This record gives sequence, C-alpha cells and structure tokens, in this order.
Amino acid sequence: MDLRSHYLGLELKNPLVPSASPLSRDLDTARQLEDYGASAIVMYSLFEEALHSEHEHQMRLLSQQEHGHSEASNYLPLGSLEGSELDNYLEHIRRLKSSLEIPVIASLNGISLDGWVDNGKLLAEAGADALELNVYNVAADPMVSGAEMEAQYIALLRELHQVVDIPITVKLSPYFSSLGHFVKQLEAAGAKGVSLFNRFYQPDIDVDSLRVSPTLHLSRSDDVLLGMRWLGILHGRVDLSLAATGGIHTDEDAVKMILAGADITHVCSVLLRHGPRHLRRILNGISHWLDDSPYESLDQARGVLSHRQMDNPAAYERASYVELLSGYSPNRSSWR
Amino acid sequence: MSAKMISLDGNEAAAHIAHLTNEVIAIYPITPASPMGEYADTWTAEGRKNLWGSVPQVIELQSEGGAAGTIHGALQSGALSTTFTASQGLLLMLPNMYKIAGELTPTVFHIAARSLACQGLSIFCDHSDVMSARATGFAMLASNSVQEVMDTALIAQAATLASRIPVLHFFDGFRTSHEVAKIEQVSDEVVRAMIDDELVSAHRRRAMNPERPVLRGTSQNPDVYFQARESVNPLYEAMPAIVQACMDRFAELTGRQYHLYDYFGAEDAERVIVLMGSGVDTSREVVEHLTAHGEKVGVLAVRLYRPLDPTALLAALPATTRSIAVLDRTKEPGADGEPLYKDLIAAVAQDAATGQGRFGQMPRIIGGRYGLSSKEFTPGMVKAVFDELGKDQPKHGFTIGINDDLTHSSLDWDAGFRPDCTQQTVNALFYGLGADGTVSANKNSIKIIGEATELHAQGYFVYDSKKSGAVTVSHLRFGPQPIRSAYLIGPDEAQFVACHQGSFIERYDMLDNACDGATFLLNSTAGPEQAWETLPRAMQQQIIDKKLKFYVIDAYQVAEQSGMGRRINTIMQTCFFAISGILPKEQAIAAIKDAAQKTYGAKGEKLVQMNFLAIDNSLANLHQVSVPERASSDFERPALVPSQAPAFVQEVTARIIAGQGDLLAVSQLPNDGTWPTATSQWEKRNISLEIPVWDEELCIHCGKCPLVCPHGVIRSKVFDPALTKDAPPTFKHVPVKGKEFPEGWHISYQVAPEDCTGCTLCVDICPVKDKKNPGRRAINMAAQPPLREAEKLNWDFFLSLPEYDRSRIRPTVIKEAMIAQPLFEFSGACTGCGETPYLKLASQLFGDRMMIANATGCSSIYGGNLPTTPWATDPNGRGPTWNNSLFEDNAEFGLGMRVAVDKQAELARELLEALRPELGDGLVNDLLDADQSDEAGIYEQRQRVTTLQEKLPGIDRPEAKQLSEITDMLTHKSVWIVGGDGWAYDIGFGGLDHVLASGRNVNILVLDTEVYSNTGGQTSKATPRGAVAKFSAGGKPTPKKDLAMIAMSYENVYVAQVAYGAKDIQTLKTFIEAESFDGPSIIIAYSPCIAWGNDMKYNHEMQNMAIRSGHWSLFRYDPRRRLQGENPLQLDSKAPSQGYRDFVQNETRFSMLWSKHPEDAEHFLHESQFEARARFHHYEQLAAIHFDKPEDDQDTPEEQ
Repeated sequence: MDLRSHYLGLELKNPLVPSASPLSRDLDTARQLEDYGASAIVMYSLFEEALHSEHEHQMRLLSQQEHGHSEASNYLPLGSLEGSELDNYLEHIRRLKSSLEIPVIASLNGISLDGWVDNGKLLAEAGADALELNVYNVAADPMVSGAEMEAQYIALLRELHQVVDIPITVKLSPYFSSLGHFVKQLEAAGAKGVSLFNRFYQPDIDVDSLRVSPTLHLSRSDDVLLGMRWLGILHGRVDLSLAATGGIHTDEDAVKMILAGADITHVCSVLLRHGPRHLRRILNGISHWLDDSPYESLDQARGVLSHRQMDNPAAYERASYVELLSGYSPNRSSWR
Repeated sequence: MSAKMISLDGNEAAAHIAHLTNEVIAIYPITPASPMGEYADTWTAEGRKNLWGSVPQVIELQSEGGAAGTIHGALQSGALSTTFTASQGLLLMLPNMYKIAGELTPTVFHIAARSLACQGLSIFCDHSDVMSARATGFAMLASNSVQEVMDTALIAQAATLASRIPVLHFFDGFRTSHEVAKIEQVSDEVVRAMIDDELVSAHRRRAMNPERPVLRGTSQNPDVYFQARESVNPLYEAMPAIVQACMDRFAELTGRQYHLYDYFGAEDAERVIVLMGSGVDTSREVVEHLTAHGEKVGVLAVRLYRPLDPTALLAALPATTRSIAVLDRTKEPGADGEPLYKDLIAAVAQDAATGQGRFGQMPRIIGGRYGLSSKEFTPGMVKAVFDELGKDQPKHGFTIGINDDLTHSSLDWDAGFRPDCTQQTVNALFYGLGADGTVSANKNSIKIIGEATELHAQGYFVYDSKKSGAVTVSHLRFGPQPIRSAYLIGPDEAQFVACHQGSFIERYDMLDNACDGATFLLNSTAGPEQAWETLPRAMQQQIIDKKLKFYVIDAYQVAEQSGMGRRINTIMQTCFFAISGILPKEQAIAAIKDAAQKTYGAKGEKLVQMNFLAIDNSLANLHQVSVPERASSDFERPALVPSQAPAFVQEVTARIIAGQGDLLAVSQLPNDGTWPTATSQWEKRNISLEIPVWDEELCIHCGKCPLVCPHGVIRSKVFDPALTKDAPPTFKHVPVKGKEFPEGWHISYQVAPEDCTGCTLCVDICPVKDKKNPGRRAINMAAQPPLREAEKLNWDFFLSLPEYDRSRIRPTVIKEAMIAQPLFEFSGACTGCGETPYLKLASQLFGDRMMIANATGCSSIYGGNLPTTPWATDPNGRGPTWNNSLFEDNAEFGLGMRVAVDKQAELARELLEALRPELGDGLVNDLLDADQSDEAGIYEQRQRVTTLQEKLPGIDRPEAKQLSEITDMLTHKSVWIVGGDGWAYDIGFGGLDHVLASGRNVNILVLDTEVYSNTGGQTSKATPRGAVAKFSAGGKPTPKKDLAMIAMSYENVYVAQVAYGAKDIQTLKTFIEAESFDGPSIIIAYSPCIAWGNDMKYNHEMQNMAIRSGHWSLFRYDPRRRLQGENPLQLDSKAPSQGYRDFVQNETRFSMLWSKHPEDAEHFLHESQFEARARFHHYEQLAAIHFDKPEDDQDTPEEQ
C-alpha cells in the first residue's frame, strides 16, 4: 500500500497532516497523533497579535499589579509572568522536534513585516521543517483594493523568503477575487505550497448583552467542497504543493481532496471532537479505498478528477451552478 | 562564613527560614502575614527545596482554624510543619495551639503581630493578638527588626526541636513584616549547622504510626488531668537555657549574639525601658543618644517572653536601676496593667522577696501603652518616657503617642526630637499613586543601593485606605550604619521629596517634611518655566524659606515617548538617582539599567530596551526650576471638606482625610465604634482625569449607565421642569421618555464630577450609537478639569431636586428602578469594581429598610474603612445600617439580626393586641395585617406607625411605653448578609450552610470574585480550575465549588446566579424576587476583579465571556414556583456558544499559566471545558423536569 505523499519537498508516509490546532500544544497529544499515523504536524499558530497584546499586557500588568493598598500591594504571583509566548513557542518547536520522528511545520499568523519576517526567522532557527503562513485578514477597509491587499502579502512573503531557507506554504482564505492569479504570484514570490482554505471565526450578536462576539463552529464535512473545487482548479496549473484543509472529517472527504489534486489533507475539527485516535480510522479508510480502487498508489490517484483532467471542466465552474439549481427541489411544506 | 547582604522584608525573611526547615506548610491569607504564605507557595511551585533536598508541601486551608488543625495532624504524623498568621487568624488557631503544646510537639508559628478587632478592625500592628496566645503553652520569641526575624526564625526552629516546646515567633506587622532592609542573609550552611537531624529523627519517632501504635488525645478526668498538666514543668524549666544555647550556637556561626533579654545602655543606668518588638530599635537610638550626653538610661529587649526566665531577665538589668517603664503594645481594658508590666512586677517582687534581690532598692515600676494599631513610636516618645521615669511620681498606666484628654493617661512628647545617629542617614520621601509603580521602584532602588554600595538601606511604605486612586508614601533611608529608625520620616527630615502625581500638591503638605536645602522633584505637565506657578502659595513659600532645589519632569510624556504607556516608575527612579547624589550619577544610571535588564530580561528584550530608552529620555527631560525670591501664587490648597458638612465630619472626618487623624484627641472619637453614615459625599477625591458627559439628545433613558456605575456617580432623576428655573446654565434635562411618568416631566442624567474614578464602564454599556459620529454614544468621556467647576454646580443642583416618589416606580423596569436614589455612593473600591454595582442596586431597591451584616473583605473595607463610608441616607434620614463582625461569623451575625428583628416585631404585635382597646381595632388591624410587599405598602405602614407613635404617649399603660420603643419593628426590615467568596465558600461556609438551613428570612449576597480579593488575590474554593492566583502559583488544580447547587439541595432556599454586566434585567429580577422570598435567599453574584489581572474597563465583556463559554450560568431557583406546579429552577442563560479557550485566553489569571506551564494550562482547559458543558447540561436537565402542582392535602378539610 503506497500512501506516500510529497509536501513542500518533504516526503511523508501518508497524506494525513493534523492542521494548526490546540492538539499540538501538548507533547503527549502530539506523540499520540504520530502514533495514530500523522505524517507531519502543523503546530498551533503563533499569532502576531497575541505577541503584541502579550507585550501590552505585560506592560499593563507590571504597572497595574502594584495596587497601593496596605492589604494587597499587588495581585497574582508575578513569577508566573516569566517567559514570553514567543519563547514558549520556540521551545515547543524544539521539544516536538526532539520527541517526534515526523516533520514539524510551524504556523505563523500575522499581517505585518515584524510579525512575519522577524518571527519567521526565529521559527526556522528553532528547527521547524517548514513554515505555514496563515493569512487571516478580513479586508474590512473599503479604501484598500484587492490588488493592494494582495501586493502586501506578496511583499511580505518575498521578504520572508529571503531570510529563511525552509519551505514556506501559505494558508489562504477563499476571499480573493482571482485566486489562481494570486497563487501564481505567491509562487513567484517564493512560496512552495498553498493550503485551501482558512476558516474565519464568525462574529455573532448576543441579543441579551447587545454585544458582538466571536463564535467558533467546528467545521463539517460539507465545508470541504469549497476547498476541493479550488484544489481541482489549481492542480497541475501551479508548481506548488497543495494542501486541503477545512471540513475533512472522513476518509471519503480525504480521498475526494486527493482526487481533486491535494498533496496532503489536513484534519482538525474531527480530531478535536473525537480525539487523536480518529486519525487511524481515517487512515485505514483511505487504505481500504486505495485497495478497492484501480490505483496502486495515492500518487496515481492524485488529481485524476482535477479541473484539467476532467472531461467536463464545467463541473468546477459556473455551469454546474445552473444545473444544480434547476435540479433542486425545495421542501414545499416549508413554504407554507 | 562570609555573609551575603540582601534586601528584603520581614515576611520574606521569616518565610525563607520556614520554607527551608519544614516539610508541610499550611496557610491561609491574613494581612499582614499573607506574604509569608505567598512566598512559601511560590517557592514550592518553583521547586525550591528544603534543607533535606525535598520540596515542602504547601496547602491552603479554609480558615486559620483549619490551618492549625492541619499542622496539628502533620506534626502528629511526623512531618516538620509550620504556618503563618496574625490577629484574628491567631485567635482561630488558639484551640489547636493548646493541643499542639499540650502534646509537646515542636513547631514554629510565625506571626506578623496585628491588632484585634474591637471597636473597629485594624490591620495594623500591636501585640494584642500574640498576647492572647500567651496561655497556650507555646514559647514566645520576639524579633525586633528584619535581620532579627531571619535570625530568630532559625533560632526558634532549633530550640523547638531541642525542647519539644512549640514556639510562637512574632514580629511587628507592617513595621517589620513589610519593612525592606539590607541584612546579612543566614546562609544554608548556617541553617544546616543549627538544625540537628537527630532531633528531627526524634520528632519522627514520636509520630503516630500503625507500626508502633499509641493513643493521644485522650479524655482525662479529675483524677489525673491536673497531675498530667504539671508533668510538663521540667521541659518548660529547661526551655530558656535551650533557647540561649541556640542563640550562642548561632553567634558562633554568624557573629550575631543574642540573649534571652538583651540590655542596651549605660552600665550604671538608673532609668530603664523594657519592651518587645520594633520599638526596641527606636529606643536603642535614643538610649545611645542620651548616654552619649551623659544620661544614665538603658533599654531591655525582651526576646523570650514565654516561658519567662525572671532570673535571666533581672540579671540583664543593671543593679543600679531605680525606675523602670514597661511598655506594652496592647491593651487589656479593666486590668491594672498590661501583661509584660505585670510579669516584670512579679519578677522584681519575687526577687526582692528573697531578701537578696538584684537591686539594692526596689525600683519604681510603671507600665504604659504605646503603638496600638501601628501608632507611631518615635524617639521623642521614648525620651518622654525616660523623662517621666525621672519624675518623683511617674505616672503608671500611661499612654504615649496619643492625646488622651478623657482620662489624661497620655504623656506629652517632643515630636521634633531626633537622636544624633539620624544625622548620618539620607532620608527620601516619595508620594506616589498606588498603581504608578512608585513602591516597586523604591524597593528596586533599595536593592540597587544595597548591592552597589556599602550603604545600609531601609524602606517603609504607607498606604491609603482607598483602593482606587490610592496614595502611597515611601519612606527611604540610606546610611553607613545599620538603620534602626523604626518610625516614619518626620518634619524637616527629608533631604529628598518626590511628588509623582501633580494633583497631590493640592492635597498634601509634603514639604513639611523637607529639610533646609533639600531637593524637591515634581512630576508635572507644566514645563520648567511654568511649574512654579502651579504650586499653591504656601508651598512656594516653603520652597523659598527652606532653600529647596526644585526639579520638574513631565514623566507621563517621557513614558509615552519611550513606549511605556503611563508607566512612570522607572522614569521617576532615574530622576531620583540623577539628583539625590546618593550614588555618583554615572554609576547610578548603569545600576538602574542593570536592574532593568535583570527585572525584564526574562520577559522579553523589547521590555528591556523600552526601559533603557525611558532612562535616557528621563535624563534629557529633567529640569531644574529657578526659584524666585518671592511667592507669587494667588491660590492656596483648597479645603478638603466643604463648609456645609456636618460638625462631626468637619471636626473628625476631615482631619482623618487630611492625614491628621493622629492629632485627634481621645474624647473626639466614638467609644463604641459607632460612626455616622453618608460621609463619602464629603470626601471629594478628583482622581479621574476624564469623566462621562451625557448627550441628552441621543439618550434613550434606558438606565443602564447608573446601573453599572461602580461608584454611584451617574444618577438619573425625573422631576417637574418647573423646578429648573434656577438651574445652573449648563444643567441638562429633557422630557422623559415613557408614559408612566407624569406628563411634561423631565429627566436628567448627572455625573458627580469629583467622585468619578474614570472606569468608562458607563460608556461601554451604553446601547445607543451616534449614527452620525461613529464611536460616540449617548454618554462619552471628556477631560475633567475644564468641566469640574460647572459640573459641581450641576451636581449640587441635581441633588437639590426632590427624589421621585418611590411608590410610583415599577422596580422591575431598569430605567425606573434606576431613578431610585442609591444609598451606596462614592466608595473607595477599585476603579471598575465588579462588586459594588450589586450593593448599589440593593441599596436603590431596599436601602431605606436594609440591615447589613458584612463579612470582612473588600466590601467591608470599601464599605467601612475610615474615614468615610459609602452607605448613605435618603431625604428622610433612612438608609442601610451596617456592621462588620468578623470574617468567619457573618452569616450567623446576620441571622442574629433577623432573629432580633423578628422577636421585637413579635413583641410589638403582642403589645398592639394588648393595647387594642385604647388604639382601636381599625389601627391595630391595619398595622397587624399590613401588606408590605411593595413600596406603597411600606409607605402606608410607615404612616400607620407614625399615627401609632402619636397615640402612644397618651395611653397611660406600661405596654404603651414599651411599644413606643419598638414601633419601628412593625415596618418591614430587609436583612442582608454580604460577603465575598472567601467568606461564603471557605471560612464562613459552615455558618452560611446553617443559616440557609434555618428557614429565616435573610438575603445573602455573595460577591464572587473567585479569589480572596482584599488580601491580594489568594485562592479560594470559588477559584476556577486553571486560574493562577496566590497560593496557586501553578494554577488551581481543582474545580470551582458549586455553591448554588449546594444551596438548592435544601429546596426551600431561593438561589440565584447573576452577572449584571451580561444580563442586567435578570439581576434586577433576582434581587427583587430574593428579597420578597420569605425565607433564606442567596444570590451568587459574578464580580470581575482587578485581581484577575485584566483591565477593568473590560469588566462587562469578561462577564459576557464567562457566560458564553459556560464558565458561569445565570439561573434562579425559586421555591415558590413549586407551589404553582412549576419547576423552581429557571435557566436564564443560553447553552455555551463560545469555546472555553476564548474565555481563558482573555483573562490573565488563566492565560499567564500558558507562558509558564503550557501543558498544565492545556490540561486544565480541557477539564474545565468539559465540566462547564456538563454543568450547564445538568442545570438544563434540572430546569426541564416537569413539576405537577401539589395536590391539596387530603387530610385537611376544605373550608366551607
């Protein structure tokens, strides 16, 4: 059974890579993921904002801690403040590297030169095998054009590429007007892969407190289809590793992605829900499917249903929308 | 062995030895001993090992009683064990201390001595607590300075192991426990050499062990108890020699020789003072001075107070002694002398009775009291005592340090007297804001100077009684010799005075303490050219007269430029070093930078660089002001209290506010602890640079801002606009929205400009957004100074408008409930406090009939710490009546109030019946059957009571007179039992549980901050799993106790959880339902606290996240609903909709664990998330159970 996959120049024993999530925070859990078959692991994200707010927070704590009341000159045992988020992250890379056999991919979530370049360099030096840049930015400013936004990312990536020698992949949101073009630009700027797609926390409104609050809904299998379409479209058109992420819950989801052209498939929500053991179940499912399939290796199957390989590429494009809608029969009772 | 010099305080010195020489440490927070437990817990969390290479176990208990019990058990089971406490905590340990001593168990309890609560609580120092323990059988060893604390802690440990007699090691709270001093550290080698492992083994061999079972704790009878009690005598007789042997051994190892009774002074002294504690050092200074001037005086320091060794004590006194003053730092009302005095009298008398006494002539012995509640004990006072001893008829039973104009016990003293040795020290005073880092910078300066030079250093810090805008005054001394001045820097003594907040120049006479030619440093936004003009005239004159060097810096601007935000401490510290001349400037600056590197290095390079930049910028922005020859200012410091304040406030309160409480005479103070309420209104603190401003055009009159305001500074009132014809020109009022108000009436939302603390929570809660100006709301912050004068007038006018008729308010509607006058206002609570809105709400709803039992804690401090109280009165003079008994007994205290009220009401009703013929059926029936369930009903009953009071004097029966004294009891009284989680979940839980079970009509309000807030944020059983708090430096490993579930198990208790910032209407309904329930009710109120480490401007959002994540649920359990066939439990919050991770990552108390122990943090997070979900699900299931209306009791015949 040949499940070998290639991602960012790394040879992986299979295509299942747990994506950036809290699961990698704990060394034991990370080891379990490896034991249950993970072929690499993406660490939880290091947020640029978290580093900034940590700094602000430390500044404030250092001053507000001192309270000036005779019974409580301060609060909280300050010794616990030692060590920064960044230091801990770097240390965690080292620990994961020393206790895992599989590659460790560091994940960086930021939008500024400081955030990407300085920290990216440190992550590489700490031993990460690759770097995933998490593009997590809602383009809320109507004065910034899509082109400007894209140019900003490209510039940052180019800077980073110059200072780190490990492969860089970019995790994208689906909200780019011409995704293929943007991905090509990323490739030109030095990216070795892209990962499709990022999921945003969605704001929600609390009608009691009259506040807007973020909510987190774990992904569902239905969520895979958006990423699958774009993997299908990009496969063979770019010389980049392609990772599928968002909504891969079953072996079937994973196989679909590979058929569409993904080099690897990330898993996250399903592991958060069912634990690391579930990884083995998905992996076994992929093996069984490959057994029953006409292919000898996953590499053979990879991308056979991509846009370029399709007899009917319209399935990935707008035409399929019309077909679908005309075939959709609403539940009439709900209209009454 | 070469000694290492270190700078630390007395608590750390004691904890250092205790942690090094013990295996089990049981702790419980109490001021001023809490830091000892905190140090021990932190060191254990860091893995610091004891003498035997093992990390001591530190365990927090639910009370000091619990800690003592645990120590008893641990000692009986062979572990070396210790604890730390003070004051009421020590009292709670007494029962166990008798047991521990009775069983001859070696241990040392370290006590930061503190006053006991009598007419008032005091956290400050005297010996009334340790004196209460003198009969327990513990030996008692006193330390008089920080150095002695570390030394004696070790001597005590060695002596207890050798003697088997437990030791109470005490030192003066604050003065010694919190004084930072440069001392010689006792090395681990010395500790090792002092502790005999064979004695440790002997302790272990005596332990309980099923391999060699014994029986202890027997019940003994008249036949043997007495003899057994006397069987310990040989050990007590041996103890003094053992202690002295340990002192001698210690001297061999360190060169510091102590004796059981150390005498200092002239060998041929005639006048001697005998005392214990920090006063010894001050007395030594004076003795040295006086003997150098030829006087025959001396001082005897009592170190071993129990068992007292009279022979050694008398041997230490010069045989020439003619008169002795024994100073006790305690008071025993009704006694003819305090304990140490009596011990000395007995010793001298016994000695004289032998016929071969130490003294040729029986000396004259007088006793006196000093230093109660940290009253200053200065050289002038010591000299006054010596002067008294020189008189023919010296006064016995004197007091020193106060003006007793009532019984004339006090001695006069010269406040300006200073011994010669004080000429050698450089004295520096720093006035800072509690939160501006002044104290930590000064502690840092002491370390810098201590390490960089041979100079000795001392730092003592005086704090405010307020928690918001608190002022700290740091007293620093530096000198070539060890500093023994255990008193504050006084008038004309300081060579350096720094004012870190410009606004203080309006409030304090700080230059009184400056000596001639001193340096004055002011943080001011006015530049060097303008700064002079900002000073009050008297201050200018002082600068001219004393020829002060005057420097200014705009530290806030430098902080901003350096990326430090508003953190000015490094900047002011740099200025101190640059101009005080204590160290050469270059050396000083290098040392500060080195200190910044050490302090912030571990927290990131960015912080270090920022501090370096701030240091450099400080030097560039520090300017000397050229002082004119004449004062030019046209203003003086404003009066602290307005002239319309009541006489008591003018004469007493105002002087306390001004920092002159020490000058009040005995007769001016209430003798039974009774103080007037409604006094915080007179203490205008002006601590906020910004205040909210109402936008009357946008406002929808929802009432949310007055509801959330923690300090009661935003008020709403509805009134007839005809009353506004004389309103100040900028007074805002608009027609009130809503048909429920009289037509044409207006509403005003008014801010008290001088009382606002600037928390911004009113702006945060405002639901109205200005669609034309995004970011603006119907209430917005604006700079206070330009608004202050106009808004003062508006505020006074607002107060002069009549209150709206309470009986016409629908209390369940927020905008209407908020029109009611708050009878809780302008407390000293922290800015953004999460507790006070609940108290204010209760006071608005029920204030005119509230009786409050308040557990010790934050709410008792901001509620009852002098000089003023926020509990206020309505225009009829009614308002909450408030009392604080103790920490542990509050539920029972409140229950007592209920029982008393009910009993008197019962008596009143019986008397009404008895007087029915005279009063008439109508009035009696109306009074007896009154429905007082709403405001109108209470109003009518009060009218009836007034009628009754008018009629009673005309009735010539004893019952009429009896009834006239208790007619008030015929109106409803709302009893509230208020306290924090430390009380309700821990120390007071037993009583709380009993009160819940009592069925009595009390309202219990638990202000749940999830830590012991008042004592500095120690873990309670309300602390959630994974939260970092003191005593849980590694994150609390166990979950929060579900107090509500326990209360619900009684089924006849009204139980609710609320969070006003998340769902105010549910909070409002809960308070009304709880109060109306005729039985026990308990409201557990989520109260975000500064101790959580977050900026309190996010208070409401923190409440919301707690609910969205499932950490906190809102519900009400109303037993009355069962009678209606409804499920008593109503769940008022939705299922968790947000990850628990988001909740914990937003709160410092949780998130800080990730930076140190990420895996533990992750582990706690998962468990907490699971528990939160499960708990909500459990409540959901309980709330979904179907209830049937109970069927009528078949046995009860229906009425025909």
